[in-house]
Amino acid sequence: MLVVTVTTQSGQRRAPKAAKTSSVFKKVVMAVSGIILVLYLIAHMIGNLKAFAGAEEFNHYSEWLRTIGNPALPGATALWIIRIVLLVAVAAHIWAAVSLWRQAKRARPQGYVTKKANAQSYASRTMRWGGVIIAAFVIWHLLDLTWGTVNSDDSSPFGRVIASFSNPVSVAFYTIAVVLVGMHLRHGIWSATQTLGQSNRRREVTVNYAATAIATVLTLGFLLTPFAVLFGIIE
Amino acid sequence: MTMTEDGPRAATAPHEERTMRITLRVWRQENAASPGKMVSYRLDDVSPDMSFLEMLDVLNEQLIMEGQDPVAFDHDCREGICGMCGVMINGRAHGNGMHDGAVQTTTCQLHMRSFKDGDTIDVEPWRATAFPVIKDLAVDRRAFDRIIQAGGYISVPTGTAPEAHATPVPKKDADNAFDAATCIGCGACVAACPNASSMLFTAAKVTHLGLLPQGQPERDDRVVNMVAQQDREGFGGCTNIGECSAACPKGISMETISRLNHDLLGALRAGARPKS
Repeated sequence: MLVVTVTTQSGQRRAPKAAKTSSVFKKVVMAVSGIILVLYLIAHMIGNLKAFAGAEEFNHYSEWLRTIGNPALPGATALWIIRIVLLVAVAAHIWAAVSLWRQAKRARPQGYVTKKANAQSYASRTMRWGGVIIAAFVIWHLLDLTWGTVNSDDSSPFGRVIASFSNPVSVAFYTIAVVLVGMHLRHGIWSATQTLGQSNRRREVTVNYAATAIATVLTLGFLLTPFAVLFGIIE
Repeated sequence: MTMTEDGPRAATAPHEERTMRITLRVWRQENAASPGKMVSYRLDDVSPDMSFLEMLDVLNEQLIMEGQDPVAFDHDCREGICGMCGVMINGRAHGNGMHDGAVQTTTCQLHMRSFKDGDTIDVEPWRATAFPVIKDLAVDRRAFDRIIQAGGYISVPTGTAPEAHATPVPKKDADNAFDAATCIGCGACVAACPNASSMLFTAAKVTHLGLLPQGQPERDDRVVNMVAQQDREGFGGCTNIGECSAACPKGISMETISRLNHDLLGALRAGARPKS
């Protein structure tokens, strides 16, 4: 038998740039901010479905969002608190993601010539670029339906919804984005459960089913309004 | 066993004809500082009963006969229990996951019968900043040793062993601790992880010691220091993708990672901070 002798030279190994913040801490930031965003998405989806109740009801709901807590809280105070919480959550989520992405790049600067996946899902593989696309979509979405900057009808919230979703291109764009959000949640909810140390072998199956269920319900819930407008069910 | 004149091989005579032709594309790299490249080699006489490492031995004999430099690769027990061997085979750590339902194993326990006559096989080293290439397929995995030194131990007085029954361990804990303790530190988890994270390795150690009574005094310090050390070594962060567990020759579960996170959050709340 052939014996290959390998001499290891000590001191040759250069010290890699160490992560300043614990990688697990970054994941906890990611998980907690993610949970805040998922809770917001649930509320957002329920609000969207008010479009089925008609223009008046929908616009009234929109108005209510701006006056929550009145008169105890002046003007749109409650809405701004929600906006600030969301903004902080989004910023923290992106910071953790970018930081972990860069750490992963540093951890393997030279990739494999051949690499095959055994376990990863499409959802888990698309978390990073999917996240970037979702962030771009959110900006467009705000310009379209919140500020009306890129919307042809800026008379009322309901008017903006009808104007945007009467356009098949717009609906197609929203569909792609919402499906990406759904996949992001599919892996995100499972990953957050792991990161916060709440998963175990017994719960693993349940957690994964729950993640799929929440992701599916939110995806379908968000798609209901655009398609209802497109097919003239809501007008 | 009755031995014939030809030895026990006579019994398997019909198989003897069945040799395979394999084209290997092997990562050749002189040392950590030099760039490497894939080099193709042809092997015309590979037995399906050879292990993957024996096939590499055949390649090396051939290279030596031709006056070329043999391929360096790590190996020791060749029984799947020492954790020394390990290469990426067709893009999979230890070749695990090539066939659905195949038993997860180490490179030394993978046999050439898992391949077909005429196959081309890519062989690469584990790739991670924390695992620099020493030569060809051999990588420096001392980063794992330093993670262990940071907290993967228990402090016990030397001398006479204590009475075994003095510290009862629930059966469930003993079983789970042992499942985690089967980790052999081969590094396949890091190699397979898209982030090059060592989380499964560290989590296996934290789980193994943290479930047993002997591991309790240092439990909080252990988890914060081992996590701090794996970050210092330049491993990536865990994003719970699951490639590690799928590549692990010992099938260490993702549950251990959740347990590590749980322990870490508890330890940080209790005021444990990593030694700098």
